[in-house]
Amino acid sequence: MERKPLTLAEKTYMPQIVSGLGITFKNMFRKKVTMEYPEVKPPIPEGYRGQPALVKDPDGREKCVSCQLCEFVCPPKAISIIPGSIPEDSEHANVEKAPEEFDIDMLRCIYCGLCEEVCPEEAIFLQDNYSINGLSREELVFNKEKLYDIGGVREDEHFKWKKKKEAEVSGNPHH
Amino acid sequence: MSEDKKDQLITINVDGKDYEVPPGMNLIQAVEKYAQKEIPHYCYHEKLSVAGNCRMCLVEMGTPMRDRATGEPILDDNGVQKIGWMPKPAIACNSNTSPGLHIKTDSPLVKDCRNGIMEFLLVNHPLDCPICDQAGECRLQEFATEYGRGYSRFIEDKNVKPKRTRLGPRVTLDDERCILCSRCIRFSQEIAKDDVLGFVDRGSYSTLSCYPGKELANNYSLNTVDICPVGALTDTDFRFKMRVWFLKQAKSICTESSVGVNTVVWAREGKIYRITPRQNDGVNDTWMSDSGRRLYNLVESEMRLLAAKFKKDVVTTEKAIEKAVDILKGAKFGIVGNTQSSVEEMAGIQSLAKSHGAPVMFVGHIQEGDDLLISKDATPNTRGALLTGLTKALPYRQRDVVGRNLKKGEMKTLVVFNEDLIEAGVDKSLLEQVDIIYVGSQQNATSEMAKVVIPSQVVFEKAGSFVNQNFRLQKFEACIPAPQGVKSDAAIITSLRAGLGDEDASSSLAKIWESLSSDVKEFEDLSYSRIPDEGVQLDGSRFDQLNYIETGSLHYEAQPELAETA
Repeated sequence: MERKPLTLAEKTYMPQIVSGLGITFKNMFRKKVTMEYPEVKPPIPEGYRGQPALVKDPDGREKCVSCQLCEFVCPPKAISIIPGSIPEDSEHANVEKAPEEFDIDMLRCIYCGLCEEVCPEEAIFLQDNYSINGLSREELVFNKEKLYDIGGVREDEHFKWKKKKEAEVSGNPHH
Repeated sequence: MSEDKKDQLITINVDGKDYEVPPGMNLIQAVEKYAQKEIPHYCYHEKLSVAGNCRMCLVEMGTPMRDRATGEPILDDNGVQKIGWMPKPAIACNSNTSPGLHIKTDSPLVKDCRNGIMEFLLVNHPLDCPICDQAGECRLQEFATEYGRGYSRFIEDKNVKPKRTRLGPRVTLDDERCILCSRCIRFSQEIAKDDVLGFVDRGSYSTLSCYPGKELANNYSLNTVDICPVGALTDTDFRFKMRVWFLKQAKSICTESSVGVNTVVWAREGKIYRITPRQNDGVNDTWMSDSGRRLYNLVESEMRLLAAKFKKDVVTTEKAIEKAVDILKGAKFGIVGNTQSSVEEMAGIQSLAKSHGAPVMFVGHIQEGDDLLISKDATPNTRGALLTGLTKALPYRQRDVVGRNLKKGEMKTLVVFNEDLIEAGVDKSLLEQVDIIYVGSQQNATSEMAKVVIPSQVVFEKAGSFVNQNFRLQKFEACIPAPQGVKSDAAIITSLRAGLGDEDASSSLAKIWESLSSDVKEFEDLSYSRIPDEGVQLDGSRFDQLNYIETGSLHYEAQPELAETA
C-alpha cells in the first residue's frame, strides 16, 4: 500500500511530543490510582473472604459445638477437628459439646467460605485478613487458641443456648 | 423366613400395582421386599413384637367387597370386584398380607397423616442435630426431610427433660430426644430377657426410665442404642467421638466366640470408632454383645506387639523371620496353633506341619456362655481347624497335649501362634527346654520367654474367613491398615515355609483357596471371592461324633444326646 507522505509538522515530531507531555502533566495532578503496598493497604469490602477464624459469643462461650460439618464440606480438607464434651460442672454444660482440638491448615485453605456458609451455629467466619505468612509449615496450621484470638467475640443476637438454659433452670410450666 | 413357594403366593395391590407375596407376612416387610417401597416407621422392628405406637406407618387399606348375606363378590359396572376402602387409615406394622389386600402408600390422606405425625413428634424434639450423635443415621431427620412440612408452626416453649441420664454403665439417655417408640423396652424384655426399662408418667411427662435400684447393665444393652431410631440412647463410649458420615464401614466377623456374629466395623483414618452388628438371620439376627463391641481395643492395646525381637533385641520383621527359619532348619519342631486363626492361616500352618512332620497342638479356650450370642467356645474358628485337618480332636478337650509332648523331649523348637502357654497351664520349666518362636499380635508371658518374636496383625487388619459353630463359613474384610512392619499371619507362615524350602507357599487368598477347595471335601467349588456376605452353610456331618462344648444359642441347637455329657 502506498503511504501518504508526512507533512512538515509531522516531520519535526514536535506536535506529538507536546501532546504526549500534555497527557503526562495532566495525570501528575490527578488522584493516584496505584497504592504503595504493603505500607498502604487497600480498604477491604464487607463480606470479603479472607482467613477463617472461630468466634465466641458475647458470654465468652465458644460457639463451635464440633459438629464437623465444616470439616466435611471443606474442599481442600484444611480443617481437622477432634470433638470433645463440655464437663458437667462447666457454666455452659447445657451445650454439651465443644471442640477439643480445631486446626485449620492455612496453607491448604482456599478461602471459599463454605465453612462459614455451612456452620449451623454461626461459629466460623472468614475475616478480612488475606496475608498469612510464616516461616514453617507447622506455624501455618492454626490451632484452636490462635483461631479464637483472631476471631474474638462476635456481638450477635443469637441466644439459642442461653434460652435453652433458662428454660432448663426455670423448668417447663407443666413440671 | 420360610421359603417362598410359588403355589402359596397371594396377590396384594400396592398403589395400583399387583405383587405376589407370601400370605401372612408383615405388611411393612412385604411392601419393602416385593414392591420396593418404604413405609416409614419408628416403633416397628423386624425382630421385635409389634407395638404400634408411633403411627408413622399409617396407610389406606381396602379389601375386595362381598355381599354380607350371600358372600357373593360385589362387582362394579365393568364386572370387576369392588374394593371396600376403610374410612380411616390403618397401621401397616400390625397388618399382615391377605389375599386381595389393597393398600395406598402415597395417597393425599397418607401423606397428610405422615405430615401430621412428624409435626407432633417434632413439637418437643430439641433442635440438637449439630451436637447429636445420631445425625446422619437418624430416622427422624430422614423422615422430617421426606415427609415433614419443612418449617415449624410451634411457637410455645419446648418440653424440658434431663439431657444426660445414665441408664447403665454403657448407655446414656437424652430424654428430650426420645420419641417414646418403646423399641428399647421391647428389646430388653424379649431378646435380652432383662426387663429393666419402662415408661413412667403420662402425656408430655412421659420418660424412659430404669426400674428403681436397677440399671441397664446386661451384656446386650448397646443393642438398644442401635435400634433407637433417634439419638435418645447413646453409647457412652462413642458419645461425641466422631460424626458417623466420616466413618468407613467394613464387614467383619466378631471373634468373641464360635457364634461368629456378623459385624460392621466403623473406622476413620485407620482408627476404629465403633463396631455394630450386621444383620444375618441365620446367625445373630440384628444383635451383638457389648463385650464384642469393645474388641477393637486390641488394635491399640498396651500389650500390642509392634516390633520383631530376636533374643530380646529389636530387629526388623524380615530379620526375625530369617532367624526363625535358621532355628527351624534341621531341628524337630512342634506347632501350637490357635483357633483364633482364620481358615486360610490354618491351611498354611497345615502345609507347614505336613511337609516337616511337625505335630500341631492346641490349648483351647473356654468361657461362660450365655445361650444367646456368646458360646462356651471362646474362639471363632474351632470348626475351621477341624475342616482344614489341623486337629482331629476338639482343642478344648486336649489342653494337656502340649505339656505331654514337651515331656517326651523330642522337640527342640516350638512355634506358637498367638497363644499364652503359661496361662494355659504348661509347666514353665518344660518351656525353658525348647526355643520358642512366637507369632502373635499381643504380648504375654510366652512371648516374653520366646527366642524370636514376630508381630502379627489383629483381625481388623487382615482378611480371611471363619467357620462358626453351625459350620457356616463367613468371611471378614480388612478394616484398617496394619502398623508399619507388622505382617499378617498368612504372610509370616508363607515366609517361614518359603525359607524352609516349600515351593508352593503363597499368602494370596485366591491361591490358598485353590488348594483348599481341592483338598477339603466341604470346601469344594468354593473360593474366597465366592463366599457371600451372609456366609455359606457347610456340611459338618463328618464331625458329628465330636463332643462339642457349645450349648444352644440364638440360631444353634446343641446336639441333645451330647449336650448332657458336656
